[in-house]
Amino acid sequence: MVKQNPKIEISDLKVRYDDVHAINGISFDILENEIFGIIGPAQSGKTTLLKVINRTIDFSPEARVTGRVKVDGKDVMRVGNVYALRRKIGMVSPLPVGLPLSIYDNVAFAPRMAGIRERSQLDELVEKCLHQAALWDEVKDRLHSLGTKLSGGQQQRLTIARALSHEPEILCLDEFSIAIDPVTTMKIEDVLKQLRSKMTVILVTNLVQQARRLADRTAFMMNGELVEVGSNDVIFSDNPANRKTYEYVNGIFG
Amino acid sequence: MGRGRLEIIAESLIEWVIRLCGISAIIFIFAIFLFVFKEGAEFLFNELDLTEFFFSKEWYPTSGYNKRYGVLALIVGTGSVTILAMLIAVPFGLGAAVFISEFCGPRLKESLKILIELLAAIPSVVWGFIGLTVINQLIIHVFNAPVGLNILNGGIILALMSVPIIVSIGEDALKAVPDSYREAAVAMGATRWQLIRRVLLPAAKNGLLAAALLGVGRAVGETMAVLMATGHSVNMPNSVLDSVRTLTATIAAELGEAPVNSDHYQVLFIIGLLLFSITFVVNMTADLIVRGVRKK
Ligand SMILES: Nc1ncnc2c1ncn2[C@@H]1O[C@H](COP(=O)(O)OP(=O)(O)O)[C@@H](O)[C@H]1O
Ligand SMILES: [Mg+2]
Repeated sequence: MVKQNPKIEISDLKVRYDDVHAINGISFDILENEIFGIIGPAQSGKTTLLKVINRTIDFSPEARVTGRVKVDGKDVMRVGNVYALRRKIGMVSPLPVGLPLSIYDNVAFAPRMAGIRERSQLDELVEKCLHQAALWDEVKDRLHSLGTKLSGGQQQRLTIARALSHEPEILCLDEFSIAIDPVTTMKIEDVLKQLRSKMTVILVTNLVQQARRLADRTAFMMNGELVEVGSNDVIFSDNPANRKTYEYVNGIFG
Repeated sequence: MGRGRLEIIAESLIEWVIRLCGISAIIFIFAIFLFVFKEGAEFLFNELDLTEFFFSKEWYPTSGYNKRYGVLALIVGTGSVTILAMLIAVPFGLGAAVFISEFCGPRLKESLKILIELLAAIPSVVWGFIGLTVINQLIIHVFNAPVGLNILNGGIILALMSVPIIVSIGEDALKAVPDSYREAAVAMGATRWQLIRRVLLPAAKNGLLAAALLGVGRAVGETMAVLMATGHSVNMPNSVLDSVRTLTATIAAELGEAPVNSDHYQVLFIIGLLLFSITFVVNMTADLIVRGVRKK
């Protein structure tokens, strides 16, 4: 296997909300074109980590960030153009948030902001992204009706299509399958496998088996600490480096 | 399950009280309309020449031998002052609403909101007085005009009076946009302006429209301040520096002097009906637009 370059480098990251310590000094790299799983019980700081990576942590004014997260070698807390950073990263949150726009406009939102105006180019992009999110067949006849009228699972796929629409280099999925049925989940998982060749995927999931199926490497976080990070062969084996990992992965606690 | 008899009675009682309140509101409005209508009806049906009423600019209700009741100049007066006021107040008010809701820190936001509520609490005579003195002088100096009591003055005063309504309702509308929309847009790399233009304004457009139309309603119905600020002379204006008189100001100024049930008295009530219809149409349009927007 070719040696991959680190896409994201996290070193001694600490995040505190007033007096809640959400992340207590974690360090690891996420490599280019890998699917990187992050597992761990609720409240372990997974969502907070994603918010630091795309700098939406800025909208929690009480948050204090120390340590370093580098994307493409640049410290995210010090980047000059935070909008360019965010455009590099597609984010899918646990609960779908359809903007109050048509299905088409939801997906065309980011490309339009990036300055794409040509109708045919937008049409093509919208269709491609909806295909990738396994939603095209269900909505192709009503692209111009409101995105917020879709079912929960459809809306989640719409947000995935939207996250793909600005052709991000990094795709973050935060427990994306919470509101979707298993069949759709499997469809999207197939999509993610294909996306690996084009981008880095960070898959935060509460479903241990999902990380096992999809990820190349996985990190196990608990209470703001990194318990263990390593290739799936190790993490999901019978003897990972840390006993707690074994117990969590095998449902002994968590 | 085990709901007491009393509880059921209490509930239906409350329901009826609420229903009564609703119905009485409708009854009051009809009663007001009927009263105004009744006072003007005789003249309206027997003597009034509607063509003259609407299309003549001659308003001589107290002339000794040739009374004329043309309200065209008054309609133009109300229209011009209102339109000017809205041209100033809507952009200003909505701009201020966006500023307060999206660009202010929490401290500044609170102070500005208090300031705006303060503005809204100033009685209209006081605004009229400001028009008579401050703005009057200002217009005379800036435009070198002989008098400063005119459309411009009335428009500015009305704008100042409607801005607080537009700001506070507009700000509420923006505040009601769920944070998740903001987060989603921001996560896709939207800048502050893109967020406002592409997400917040479309999401809040009903409320913003309502804000603007309530501003219009305020402006059309305002009496005292425009009476003092517009110069109160019946006149077809050629520019914003001409004095005019509005429908409302005419009623306020003349009703006290018109002998009860005289022609003049009745015509003033017909003007009241006209105003009633104008506000009704404005509100209906607002409602229809808002509903149309919602359906889409
Ligand atoms: N905006 C916030 N303000 C205060 N505390 C927060 C905020 N967001 C998250 N937290 C706290 O930070 C910790 C980590 O939360 P989070 O990153 O959401 O974990 P996870 O995604 O793993 O469930 C939790 O204790 C949570 O209560
Ligand atoms: Mg989370």
